[in-house]
Amino acid sequence: MDAKDILGLPKNTLSMQEKKSKPPKESQRKPDGISREVYALTGGLAPLMPAIDANHLRRKVQTENEKITWQWLPFSNSARKDNLQLYHWVRVVNSVPPTGDYSFAKYNKSVDVIKYTDEEYEKHLTDNTWTKEETDQLFDLCERFDLRFVLIADRFPSSKTVEELKDRYYSVSRAILTARASSPGEVSGHPLLKEPYNVSQETERKRALSLLLSHTKQQERKDVEVIAHAKRITEARKAIKASQEPPVPALSESEPVNADKDDLTADTTAPCINPQFLSANPVSETATAVASLHMLRVYLRTYALDQMVQAVSSSAGLRTIKRVEQTLQDLGVNLKPKVPTKAVCAEHLELRKEILTLLNLQKQLQYKEAEGSSFRDSSYAETPGTPPKQSQRAADLDRTFTPESLQIGGERFVKREQKRKGPGRSSDAPSSPAQSKRPRKYNASDLLNIYM
Amino acid sequence: MAEIVEIDGQSERNTNESTLKPQRIKITRGSDDGDKKILQTRLKDVEIGVPIVYGTIAFWLGRKASETQSHRWTVYVRGATNEDIGAVIKRVVFQLHPSFENPVRVVESPPFELSECGWGEFEIAISLFFHNDVCDKQLDLYHHLKLYAEDESGPQSTKRPVVVETYNEIVFPDPSESFYARIQKHPAVIVPRLPVMLNLATEDPNGKKGDSKDNPLSQWFINFSEADELLKLAAARQQVQAHIIKLRRQLSVIDGLPLQSWKPGSNY
Repeated sequence: MDAKDILGLPKNTLSMQEKKSKPPKESQRKPDGISREVYALTGGLAPLMPAIDANHLRRKVQTENEKITWQWLPFSNSARKDNLQLYHWVRVVNSVPPTGDYSFAKYNKSVDVIKYTDEEYEKHLTDNTWTKEETDQLFDLCERFDLRFVLIADRFPSSKTVEELKDRYYSVSRAILTARASSPGEVSGHPLLKEPYNVSQETERKRALSLLLSHTKQQERKDVEVIAHAKRITEARKAIKASQEPPVPALSESEPVNADKDDLTADTTAPCINPQFLSANPVSETATAVASLHMLRVYLRTYALDQMVQAVSSSAGLRTIKRVEQTLQDLGVNLKPKVPTKAVCAEHLELRKEILTLLNLQKQLQYKEAEGSSFRDSSYAETPGTPPKQSQRAADLDRTFTPESLQIGGERFVKREQKRKGPGRSSDAPSSPAQSKRPRKYNASDLLNIYM
Repeated sequence: MAEIVEIDGQSERNTNESTLKPQRIKITRGSDDGDKKILQTRLKDVEIGVPIVYGTIAFWLGRKASETQSHRWTVYVRGATNEDIGAVIKRVVFQLHPSFENPVRVVESPPFELSECGWGEFEIAISLFFHNDVCDKQLDLYHHLKLYAEDESGPQSTKRPVVVETYNEIVFPDPSESFYARIQKHPAVIVPRLPVMLNLATEDPNGKKGDSKDNPLSQWFINFSEADELLKLAAARQQVQAHIIKLRRQLSVIDGLPLQSWKPGSNY
């Protein structure tokens, strides 16, 4: 900025705008310990946490009074059951080897798998689908593999699903716990009893999950669409229902209203989506928009206009909307009114609607001509003898509106006119009207002359 | 604790009201602290519009400019006709860029404006809070602060500020009766369905205090007139309508002609 001032160059506004996010005040405050450039490297902010603990770097000094040697010594691991003697490097301070268990022994945790006796089995745990042998095998595997059911399922001799195994294990454990407990209250806090394992729910959940995972991209998109539709429908229904019952939805504080609203939401979130209601109908959308606007206590005029425009253009595709906006621009009208008063907004909306009608008509005309021209091209021989009055009037209209048509429709419109005045249609200024004439092909220059 | 009493259409109780009989919804609201019982009748087919203009004016500081404070700017919300909007708006909260100290600035009384010095452009969030009988919901607006002019043609001048204003109207679709009663003669609001009452004194005896007619910045305020826009819109509509008529004719002509045979003598 200073250099530009010196040179007398105009300021570059873009680069200034990009820097707007950088806080201006912070660059002034730099700490005194480090130089400005170094501080600027951090982005102008002090680091949240020091990367290296400064204290650790000073430890070298402390140990000068002690003698440190490293020795290759055997050690024993309490986590092992076989008394295997292994060796490792040990830091010996003043010839005193360190005491204590192997430092990693504390991580050797295992699960307490319940052990039941045979009588307990007879009394509480018999099951139709499970033999005692199987249950014993299951529990043995559980102990060996620390309740890792995927492994257990893999190793289990007869094929049972993970959910079945889990179910058996948890129900057995629960039964034993309740049986051994002196009173039911004692064990009711136990997690096994508080949240019992639900087999059917689990199987269902896993099935749904795998289904979701295997969704293709297309399915995902469809899902999103469907959900959006459903949301729109429920909102529309809510708005319409609400506007039909005047006093009730106006308040949000009182309880009876809340209860009512809850009923509405419960009612409308029914899973069935009526495809007819997937509203492409602009009339219904407008009614919805008006209703929802009225629900608001306060809104801006521009917001209201946006909603109405959206409602009106709901049936139109993106391309049509772009064409409407292009037309507005060509007509010299702001896409968003600069002075959005009530009257201006109303006029704007009406204009948009009319442009939509216009575009629709143009499309219709195109289609008709496409249909007709294929027939027309084939028949040259007959002279149609078009009724002079009708076409004369049409020609007059054409001439009056040509400047606009050239602006609005652009090139395409002129071409369309050319097509229309193709063979089989006579009656225009240069050629004498109201006479059966041999159809002749107009060339481009003729028509341009007509229109200029 | 809440009671809802619904009265539709014409009710006998309104006989002493004016000849205009808007549909009424009578709602009794009881609040929890007992002593505040607000009787809020809402008028369903009256719409109150408050035209406002909000924006920023930025002056370059010239010789006094520093790297971090190159401009002095003011952000404000005013009535479109420079009338006092304090009757509608209770307070305005401007949310500035977080690099400012206390970026949340509250302005409790008109004129609702805030001046600051800075160097950067950013988006200011403006929240309007209304009086209790007007609306209990706030309205949020956003405005991008502009310090540098569009055309970089000349050097900046300390005399000519960069002004960006936006016109909009706040609409209250079903205002409460009390709000309507006290505001219907106020010059700052637009209330349709009423005969036009011009040049009436405002309810506030110190009417001059809140309006922005004497504001030093008022010389830079843009005058928004809808006439221009209306004219353009009307002209555009005429064009489009004429076009539509023409197309309809063409369509009917084509439809009238049989597509299969072009033999003379067939019906048209």
